[in-house]
Amino acid sequence: MSRLNNPQDLERLRQQLQARRMAGRTVISVCAGTGCLALGAQEVIAAFREELQKRNLTASVDHKGTGCPGFCERGPVVVIYPQKICYLQVKPADVPEIVERTLEQNQLVERLLYRLPGDGRQAPREEDIPFYAHQQRWLLGNNMLIDSKNIEDYIALGGYSALARALFEMKPEQVIEEVKKSGLRGRGGAGFPTGLKWEGSARAPADKKYVIVNADEGDPGAFMDRALLEGNPHAVLEGLIIGAYAVGACEGYVYVRQEYPLAVENIVLAIEQARSYGLLGENILGSGLCLEVFVHRGAGAFVSGESTALMTAIEGRVGEPRPKYVRSNIKGLWNRPSVLNNVETWANIPLIINRGADWFASVGTAGSKGTKIFSLVGKINNTGLVEVPMGISLRKIIYDIGGGIPGGKRFKAVQTGGPSGGCLPESLLDLPVGFDELTEAGSMMGSGGMIVMDEDTCMVDVARYFVEFLADESCGKCVPCREGLRQMAAIFSRIVNGQGREEDLQTLQNLAEVLKSASLCALGTSAANPFMSTLRYFREEYEAHIKEKRCPALVCKSLTAYWIDPARCQACMICLKKCPVGAIAGGRDTIHVIDQAKCNRCGTCLEVCPKRFGAVNKLAARDVPSAPPPEERTIDRKRKET
Amino acid sequence: MNQFTLSIDGKEVTADEGMTVLDAARRAGVFIPTLCHHEKLEPFGACRLCLVEVEERGRTRLVVSCVYPASAGLKVTTRSGNIDRLRRTILELLLARSPHSPVLEKLVAQYGAQPGRFEKQASFCIHCGLCVRYCAEVKKAQAVGFIDRGVRKEIAFVPEIASQVCEQCKQCFELCPTSYLQAAYVLFRAQAGLGSE
Amino acid sequence: MEPEKIDDIIDRFGGRTGSLIQVLLALQRELNWLPPSVLERVSERLKVPLARVRQVATFYKAFSLAPRGRHQVHVCLGTACHVRGAPRLVQTIHDHTGLGPGQTDPQLKFTIETVNCLGCCALGPVVEIDGRTYGHVTSEKLPELLESCGRE
Repeated sequence: MSRLNNPQDLERLRQQLQARRMAGRTVISVCAGTGCLALGAQEVIAAFREELQKRNLTASVDHKGTGCPGFCERGPVVVIYPQKICYLQVKPADVPEIVERTLEQNQLVERLLYRLPGDGRQAPREEDIPFYAHQQRWLLGNNMLIDSKNIEDYIALGGYSALARALFEMKPEQVIEEVKKSGLRGRGGAGFPTGLKWEGSARAPADKKYVIVNADEGDPGAFMDRALLEGNPHAVLEGLIIGAYAVGACEGYVYVRQEYPLAVENIVLAIEQARSYGLLGENILGSGLCLEVFVHRGAGAFVSGESTALMTAIEGRVGEPRPKYVRSNIKGLWNRPSVLNNVETWANIPLIINRGADWFASVGTAGSKGTKIFSLVGKINNTGLVEVPMGISLRKIIYDIGGGIPGGKRFKAVQTGGPSGGCLPESLLDLPVGFDELTEAGSMMGSGGMIVMDEDTCMVDVARYFVEFLADESCGKCVPCREGLRQMAAIFSRIVNGQGREEDLQTLQNLAEVLKSASLCALGTSAANPFMSTLRYFREEYEAHIKEKRCPALVCKSLTAYWIDPARCQACMICLKKCPVGAIAGGRDTIHVIDQAKCNRCGTCLEVCPKRFGAVNKLAARDVPSAPPPEERTIDRKRKET
Repeated sequence: MNQFTLSIDGKEVTADEGMTVLDAARRAGVFIPTLCHHEKLEPFGACRLCLVEVEERGRTRLVVSCVYPASAGLKVTTRSGNIDRLRRTILELLLARSPHSPVLEKLVAQYGAQPGRFEKQASFCIHCGLCVRYCAEVKKAQAVGFIDRGVRKEIAFVPEIASQVCEQCKQCFELCPTSYLQAAYVLFRAQAGLGSE
Repeated sequence: MEPEKIDDIIDRFGGRTGSLIQVLLALQRELNWLPPSVLERVSERLKVPLARVRQVATFYKAFSLAPRGRHQVHVCLGTACHVRGAPRLVQTIHDHTGLGPGQTDPQLKFTIETVNCLGCCALGPVVEIDGRTYGHVTSEKLPELLESCGRE
């Protein structure tokens, strides 16, 4: 491998790589993202290596660990190219059969294929599977073709051609114009027009400028940036270098949260490889552009995902946001112009440069162009990452792609935008997904987390969860956020424990107003959104908790109780033995009774009671019947057997 | 020095380049309440009491006047139903930390804040940061700092430094609006085995 | 650890004051905690006031000013895991080890922490033990998992 000194070198290398790859070789791609690795993908890869060697197939068959395709519910995911056969939930023990039947005999291993819901027909290829078929996978589509640790895979697919185009066929101002025209808006949360941000920095006079990748992805429930950075780090890097060229930056940072060690590993490797190929560092591709990129790990603070707090963290200080009266693209890192964009935003840049702003803007709504990756999680059948055109409806994402709610339960709400967002009810399922549409409905696009909730979710508990999350993650500098969230958490705690007061809703709304209007940063100003949206759409749940001391979804522990129905209990002793706090009294012939004072509402008894008895019920605490007197607890088995 | 005019509560005010809205208001004799502001220190923007409404290019928004730059033609409103309500709640939140602070009590009366509205918290510090910032920016000793974050944030003396410099200094003491600083100092000395003052 | 080794780790990042967080991350990984003497050394060598080193070391969750257990158990409390019953796992760990979040046992075997999202939402509820991620964890399986990871 030698350094690429000009765009012609790059093209020549690309053609060589493509020629080699097209020579009729079969490729077995195994997803090696963190999710699939946790499900045993590494062992599956090792099994393929062993099996291919054993059968002397290594000359015609390649195997590799690749980036994440997003179908996390069914991992480990294996795709065999060029046939594009998709095997799901593959175990190491399945590998010999796959190699023998599919590679040697050209047959499918049917039990590993996706079955269409309804008629159960096989869907052998990725494009046959509804989860994928309804998506528009501009960004994620290449992930299973790429060994994330090998830059040549990326180059073979056309990687760095956008960079060559920008550097040699466009002026920096033209690059900015193209990004502006595309309508690309930040994918990290705020949705600020990317082109405008770049233009501000490009015009600001300074001795030095910076470009920064925000890979902090602190929104719980969101993991698309992880999949992009782990799976296709070069796409992000290419976008970053183009950005540096456009604004005149010579130093870049990738800020990755430390909870993502594989993403750190892969981007560090990608940077090293890019440097050795002459795509980073001095005189990139002979254009004269110089860019050094450093990786900076986060240390466990959600607030450091806020752009000004991220910059103070890079400066080695605590992640305390700064008042944004002078935007950070003018005065940011070390008081210099700094373009900070989200991972997904950067990954869109090479596409825009290669295929043009008009192509990009042809998809989406008036105010939201292009695609967006959502992490579809929670109470949903097909959990994973979905990339869809802006403007698609929530219903389509949740039902057509997500496969609906598991266990036959009813949909209740979908939470978007992380802790800054809100919960949307069933009545809004036909809402087209876009920045402005979601904000108007009381939620937010945010980074793209989409958490589905069903009838067993308590919306007051959800709001409480977010308030506590933010109180824990607040930097603590300003009064509205620190003291406001502190008091909101105290009030929520009382409400879920059955000690809610009449004036609580009013007080919470007052605090929400102070948070929204007076906080120093976006963590604070958006902190009340989960509460405000659940109050807007699920007010009756708050009133039940406060006025009736009742949790309709039977979630809040203090308001919920477990009760053994004496008419159904068969004294099998299972729950008695499994109870972690010894709260169940009874014996082999004595029906079991839960001591409500000892019970910690863990739910174990409900789980372990044999289905044929179904004696354990969950009810509102105030509805629990009193225990039968001791003399009435002996089981008369003869009676029960008839 | 460049000068320009802006309007504060309907009054025409002259300001110098580089001034904040708070600076301009003070020069014009318009009172805006502050807690974390001090002439010798960099503006902090943390207490949010100095919030004002500014109108610029047809847009109105709430900003903290201690940080927001004054500019030509800016229209500033320092009191309104909205602003007063926000200040009142901020004061009520602070009273839950320090119910008897004389500094707070004056403002409490002015804004009709209700003591005891919020549950009393264990610590009395209101995080104005005056002690930490004074020691860092003026004394350059960094003998007292912040630790942790969010609802767990507190101030703490750095024993290695405080044990050597604080006894002879104590200049931050008079800045503390709640006198929590003095209590923290007594505790620190006891923990460091330094005996009573 | 010998002072020279500490200095080596500090110098690895070029001695820039901005490298404070990266230095502390490396030291935390080596030593499993940040002793007071190490914080002082970092302050001296990077020329950062001790107050700020302390503030950074307490502000970020990755750092610990008390020794951590040999086995780190992280329970994800992200929204997706929360909705799938993660708080129950915290209860189970407490029932089994007597430890709550942020606590370490006196023998320094286990440290239990809750984390606000590991990014494996599809596998929720997720528990990470000694850097290895386990998905679809249940209250039933958790004690066995703790035992096998804690085998020394």
